[in-house]
Amino acid sequence: MPQRPRLATNMPDAPAPALWQRRVMLAVLLTPALLWLFALIILPHIELALLSLRERIAPRTYAASLTQYRTFFAEPLYWRVFVRTAIMSALATALTLLVAFPVAWIIAKIAHGRASRLLFVVCLIPFWVSETVRALGWLILLRESGVLPALLVRLGITAVPVELLYHDATILIGLVYTSLLFMVVPLVSSLESLDNSLIEAAYDLGGGGLVILRRIVIPHAAPGITAGCIVVFMLTLGNYLTPNLLGGKNSQWFTELIYTQFIVRFNWEQGAAFGFLLLALSTGMVALGLRLSGQRFVDVMRRS
Amino acid sequence: MIASLPRPAWLRAATALYLGAFLLFLFLPLAVVAVFAFNNAPYPAPPWHGFTLDWFIGNAAAGRTGLFRDTELLGSIWTSVVVASWVTALSVTVGTANAFLMERYRFPGKQLLSVLMLLPLVIPGVILGISILAFCSRLAQLADSMFGLDVDFLRPGLVLVVLGQFSYVATIATLMVSARLKRFDRTLEEAALNLGASNAAVLRTITLPYLRPAMIGAAAISFLMSFENFNTTLMLVGADPPLTVLMYGRMREGASPVLNAVSLFLMLASALLALSLMRNRGRGVGPAADAA
Repeated sequence: MPQRPRLATNMPDAPAPALWQRRVMLAVLLTPALLWLFALIILPHIELALLSLRERIAPRTYAASLTQYRTFFAEPLYWRVFVRTAIMSALATALTLLVAFPVAWIIAKIAHGRASRLLFVVCLIPFWVSETVRALGWLILLRESGVLPALLVRLGITAVPVELLYHDATILIGLVYTSLLFMVVPLVSSLESLDNSLIEAAYDLGGGGLVILRRIVIPHAAPGITAGCIVVFMLTLGNYLTPNLLGGKNSQWFTELIYTQFIVRFNWEQGAAFGFLLLALSTGMVALGLRLSGQRFVDVMRRS
Repeated sequence: MIASLPRPAWLRAATALYLGAFLLFLFLPLAVVAVFAFNNAPYPAPPWHGFTLDWFIGNAAAGRTGLFRDTELLGSIWTSVVVASWVTALSVTVGTANAFLMERYRFPGKQLLSVLMLLPLVIPGVILGISILAFCSRLAQLADSMFGLDVDFLRPGLVLVVLGQFSYVATIATLMVSARLKRFDRTLEEAALNLGASNAAVLRTITLPYLRPAMIGAAAISFLMSFENFNTTLMLVGADPPLTVLMYGRMREGASPVLNAVSLFLMLASALLALSLMRNRGRGVGPAADAA
């Protein structure tokens, strides 16, 4: 139904601009938005979908087929990496929540005024630095000739330097480190809005620490927890740099498969199919998270 | 702190211990990067061989090419700056236009558009990269087969990198500017209009000055997000890599303290940017906080 553009709020006293002026302005403002969304988001994804649904049958000849997706399920390596990436991302998200929650609690409820603000800012500073730099730091710390293995030898814990890189645990540490910010920020804002007197009331009524946490704090912070988890999971799933550098050949991250198909092997059809599978997993988990917590997508994105 | 709740000594101790461990976890990786930029050894690894500035100012004749003599590294920093400037200009412009569009106008399909605008944040960067790569390659093919044109900028290269980064940074800029425009008191505009100001004058003297802090914040965050972007850039990069991609390539080849030197430089630059933004706005710093 065509609707004529109207002012969002009433301005009874102000001279209202002529209708045609509003129409022209609307068109001027719509153009960049539509260009952006169509040329860079919608059409490219349609192209990607078409790519993933075709098969090369002869040089420069293609036919519609589901071969790319069939290959994914037929080849154990591919779907194993996919499942592994999903599980590792879920683990990293849970760990990030565990590490970030106490800090968010300290910032929101224990420290006051300046101390609280300072701590918040200090927590955010590492995330102003490029992920490449942070990965370099972990490489220097953990590699066989690195700082921690040398320290372990010095302390007499290990006889020779051990390789701390290229383990799953290393990848998880790197991912948690990279994701902390995106968990701390929504947690702090949801904890800050929790009225202290509610906690005091629960305590006066005989609630212990754990009960208060489970019945008062977590239900109140649930929107922040969901928002943080959704964002962290998404970013972890789509990460390339950290698993690749800290995990080496053992990382087996799904984005690496996409890169290999697209850039190394130049098999765009297969790469596009992988891309869509990753996108499906990512949006599926976001939808699930929203459904479980009964929130709207728009609210979550604004909150994080 | 909640006054009436008891905090036993063990809880205080545990809190302090946790906080200490957390801060160590947070800053240890950055500290070692900084320290080993000054180690007098060809690898950024212990033991400590003494202090040197070779990794900043050394020249090839001495066998150590420092950061300031490493033309490839310096070139990639410049590439990153150029890309980030374009992304920032585009994102803040489009983001501000979007903010006015979404806050001031009603039109059919507005709800759908507002969801579409948030989508780039949920699409993994790698997929944004490959989809734009595939689409532009299709366009280039079409131009070639239909008009016999060789459209160079649609091939992997800096134009695609700018477009790829812009595709999601624009969302962040939109959210930041919209958040401030939403809180704007429209009676100010009405007053100016009643006093006889033209629409353009109201925009220039009332609304845009009010939006300025949000636009500056959005510009800083856009620049930072672009400068640090890796995932999308990796898929779209051509012959001249921006800094993050070049660093990644070198880190895979093997470590050199030059990378520590350039990292230290990056840390100082981001710290400066963060501090200046904080002075402007106080609480709520960081890419995520700003999208809130």
